[in-house]
Amino acid sequence: MTAHGPGRLRQPAGFDPRLPRPLHPGAWWVWALGLATAASRTTSPLLLGLILGVLIVVVNARRSDSPWAGLFRIYLVAGLVVIVLRVTLRVVLGGPYGTHVLFTLPEIPLPDWAVGVSIGGPVTAETLLAAFYDGLRLATLIACVGAANVLADARRLLRSVPNALHEVGSALVVALSVAPQLVESVLRVRRARRLRGGRVRGVRAIPGLLLPVLADSLDRSLALAAAMDARGYGRVADVPARARHVTGALMLAGLGGIGVGLYGLLDTSSPAWLGLPLLAAGIAAGATGLWLGGRRVQRSTYRPDPWQRDETVVAAIGVVAAIAMWIAGALSPSAVNPSIVPFTWPTLTPVATMGILIALLPARLAPPVRVAIAAGSVARPARRARKGEA
Amino acid sequence: MSAIQVHGATVTYAGAPHPALSNVDVAIDQGVLCVVAGATGSGKSTLLGLMTGNVPHFTGGRLDGRVLIGGRDTRTHPPRELADLVGRVGQDPLAGFVADRVEDELAYGMEQLAVAPATMRTRVEHMLDLLGIADLRDRPLRTLSGGQQQRVAIGAALAAGPRILVLDEPSSALDPTAAEEVLAAITRLVDDLGLTVVVAEHRLERVIGYADQLIYVAGGRVTSGAPDEVLRGMERVPPIVELARLAGWTPAPLTIREARRLAPALLTRLVPAAAAQGGVAAAAPTPQGRPLLTSRGLSVTYRDVVAVRAVDLDIRAGVVVALMGRNGSGKSSLMWAVQGSGPRRAGSVAVDGVDPANLDPAAARRLVGLVPQTPSDLLYRETVASECTQADHEAGAAAGTCRALLANLLPGVDDAQHPRDLSEGQRLALVLAIQLSASPRVIMLDEPTRGLDYAAKARLAVILRSAAADGRAVLLATHDVEFAASVADRLIMMAQGEVVADGPARDLLTASPAFAPQVARILAPGPWLTVPDVAAALVPVASGAVLP
Repeated sequence: MTAHGPGRLRQPAGFDPRLPRPLHPGAWWVWALGLATAASRTTSPLLLGLILGVLIVVVNARRSDSPWAGLFRIYLVAGLVVIVLRVTLRVVLGGPYGTHVLFTLPEIPLPDWAVGVSIGGPVTAETLLAAFYDGLRLATLIACVGAANVLADARRLLRSVPNALHEVGSALVVALSVAPQLVESVLRVRRARRLRGGRVRGVRAIPGLLLPVLADSLDRSLALAAAMDARGYGRVADVPARARHVTGALMLAGLGGIGVGLYGLLDTSSPAWLGLPLLAAGIAAGATGLWLGGRRVQRSTYRPDPWQRDETVVAAIGVVAAIAMWIAGALSPSAVNPSIVPFTWPTLTPVATMGILIALLPARLAPPVRVAIAAGSVARPARRARKGEA
Repeated sequence: MSAIQVHGATVTYAGAPHPALSNVDVAIDQGVLCVVAGATGSGKSTLLGLMTGNVPHFTGGRLDGRVLIGGRDTRTHPPRELADLVGRVGQDPLAGFVADRVEDELAYGMEQLAVAPATMRTRVEHMLDLLGIADLRDRPLRTLSGGQQQRVAIGAALAAGPRILVLDEPSSALDPTAAEEVLAAITRLVDDLGLTVVVAEHRLERVIGYADQLIYVAGGRVTSGAPDEVLRGMERVPPIVELARLAGWTPAPLTIREARRLAPALLTRLVPAAAAQGGVAAAAPTPQGRPLLTSRGLSVTYRDVVAVRAVDLDIRAGVVVALMGRNGSGKSSLMWAVQGSGPRRAGSVAVDGVDPANLDPAAARRLVGLVPQTPSDLLYRETVASECTQADHEAGAAAGTCRALLANLLPGVDDAQHPRDLSEGQRLALVLAIQLSASPRVIMLDEPTRGLDYAAKARLAVILRSAAADGRAVLLATHDVEFAASVADRLIMMAQGEVVADGPARDLLTASPAFAPQVARILAPGPWLTVPDVAAALVPVASGAVLP
C-alpha cells in the first residue's frame, strides 16, 4: 500500500488503490436478484431498458478473465429470442385486445371444444405492445441471472455453501466437470466406430455408440469415487445418535413448516397464522438443522472468499433497487406498469429511476478485477518487481 | 515400526473361483521406495488396493488376515479414515481430479481433513514448489499435459500430509522425458521427506534403479526383498538385468551408471560387425520397390493449434515403423489423418494409389486399419464370440476369420467372456484381430504397449513382425523405447507436429539421449539395442560365463 500511497506518487483521477480481488459470489447474486425482483414488478420499457443498461455497464466493468466471463452476450441474445418468440406467438394466437387493428391474418377455424383459443384473426397494435412489454420483462430477468453467472463464479458459490450441504456441493462441482468429459467420450467413440467401418448415424448406430460411452463413464465415475474416498471425502465426526436424530427431526419440521407457510402466504383463504409465522418457524428450524448437521462434517475451505464491507454494500444496493421499485409501484402505479388500453406513453418515476441507477454503483464500488494501471510510468516498475519475485 | 504390514492376507473377490492373493505377508519400512512388479492379472493391483484400504472397502470381496497401515487396521478404517496417512495416485490422473483448477485440486484433500486455512495456504505453496508446478497454479486441469497432470495428482495426494504414497503405474501414459520428471519428483520425496512410496510399474526398467525394496507378485503369491535378490527369481526382467545375466554380472547392476562400469569387459567380447546382423530388428532385409503408403504435405490443425505440419511419409510394405515423440507431438493426429477418419487440414495420402479419406469407412479400413489409444472404444458386444462374428460381418470376411485371427494372436481367450473383463493384453489382441479381419494393407497402432506386461509385449512384437512379413506396413506410435528397439526397423521422430528425424531405428535410438534403450546406453557408443543383439554379437569364451 505504501508504494501507492498518496505521498509518493501523483495519482490521476479515477485511480483505484484497492488491490484486485473477486467479490464474494453471494454478494453479486443478491445484487442481481434484487434487480431481477425490481424487473419482475414493472412492465415499463423505460425502466426495463434502464435495468438492462445497468447490467451491461456493471458486467463490463467487473467481469473476471475466466472463459465463461464472455458469455453475457449469449444471455442477451437469449433474451432477444424470447422477445421475438413472445411477439410471434401473440400475433398467431392473437385474440381481440384493443382497437388499433394493424393487419388481419386468415383465421383458422377450430372445433367447438377449443373455446377461447383462436389462431389468426385481427392483430392489433395493443397486442404487439403488450407482447413486447412482457417479452422485455422476461429478457431482463434472463439478463439478471446471466449477469450474476458472469460476475460470480458458480463454482466459487458452491464452495461457500454451509457445511451440512458440503457433500451435495461437491457432487455438483463434479457434475460440472464431468459434462465436458462425456461429450469428449461420445466424440471419441464415434470416431472409433468409423474405424470398424460401422455406421455413425441413425438409430441402429446407437448401441454401438451408447455402450462404450456408458461403460466409459461408469469406469470413470468409479475411479473418481475411489479417488475422492481416498482423499477423505465423506469423513464424518463422531456425533452421538441422539444429536443425529434431533438434526433429522429439525430438518423435517423445517421443510414442512416452510412448505405449509408458503402455502398459507399465497392462499388468501387460509387463516393468517398459517402464513408468515409458520414460514418463519420453518426457516428457523431448517437453519438450526443445517447448523447442527454442519457440525457433523469436519472440513475447512481453502482461500475462502471473505465477506467484507464491499460485499455488504453491493448486496444492500441490490435490495435497495428492489425496495425502490416496490415503493414506486405503490406511489405511481401508472408509471411502473404503463397502461396499454387506453395507450399511454411510458414515463419515468423518480423513485424507481433512482433505485435502478443506484445499482450502477457496484461498477465502481466493487473491488477491481485487475490492478488498476493509471499510467505507463506506474505500471512498468510494478511489472518488473513481479517478475523478479518469480 | 513398519509403515505397512500385511499379515497372512488372502483376498477373494465375489464369484471368483480362486483368491486373487493368498496368504500374503509383506512389511514395508518407513522411508522406503518399494516397487511392486508382476504380470497383468497377477494380483498386483489387489495388493496395492490393500495398502490404501481400497480393497475390500471399495472393490468388495473377502479379506482374511490383517493389513495395518501406520498401525491402523484397514478392516475398521475405510479409505477416507486413512486419508491423512496414505495418499493414492491412479493410472489416469484426469479420472481422479475433483476440482478444475490446479490450486483447488491441491487443496481438496486438505479441505476434507479440515486443515486450518493458513496451513493449507502454505502447504499448497510448498507442493507447487516441490513438484515444480508453480507456473501452472491457475491453469484448468484439462489443459495440462500428461506429465503435468500426473505431477499435480501427486502433489494433491501429498498436500494432505500423508506418510505413505501409493502410485499405480504413474508413468504408463507418459513419454520417456515426462516419466523421468515424475520419477525424479517421486525419488525426491523419498530422499528429502522420508516418505514411504509404493509404486506399481510394468516398465520396471524405468524405476528399478531407484528401488530399495521389490515386491514381485505372481499367481497371487508374493516375494519381497532387496531388488537384486527378488529379480533373480523373476522370469521376465528389465533389459539391464537380462544383460547382466548374459554377461554373468553378479550382483546384477540396477542403474545404468553401475552397469557402465562393468561394460568395458563385455565390450571386448563383442564382435562389432555381427551387430548389424544380430537381433530381430535387423533381421528383415531392407525392402525395395515402391512405397505402399505415401503422404504429401499432410497437416492437421485444431482451432489455433497446428498438430501436424506438412508431413511427408513414404512407407514400404514389410516394414515396422515406430513413431516416437513427446506427449502432444502430433503422433496420434498424424495416424488418424492418414487413416482418413480424423480431421485433416491439407495434404494427401495414398495407399496403393488410393486415399482412404475419399472412401467410405468400410472401404477405408481395408486400406488402413487403426487400433486407437483406447482400444475398448471399438468394442460394444456382450461376448468375445459375438464381437468376432460382428467383425466378420462388418469386414465382409468369411465367418470365423476374426476368431481364427484372435486364436492365432493370443490363444486361450474365453469366447463367453465380456470384452470389458479381458485383460489389457487380451483386449488389445481382440481389437487387433477385429482390425486385421478386414485384412488392411497398412496397420497402425496407437500406444499399444500401455498396460502390457513383458510377456504380452514380447508376444505383440512377434505379432507385429509377422504382420510385416505378410507384406503389410506396420506403423506404431509408442513411448516405450525398449519395445520400439525390439520391433522397429525404422523410426520417425516427431516434435511440434513435424518430422524431425527419419531413419533406421538402430541409428536414431542409439543417438537419442532421451529415447536410447538401456542396452544402448550401457554399451554406448556400440550399435546394440537389445539383449538378443548383444547375444548374437557375443564371442563364446571358454570360461563358461556365457549362457547356453
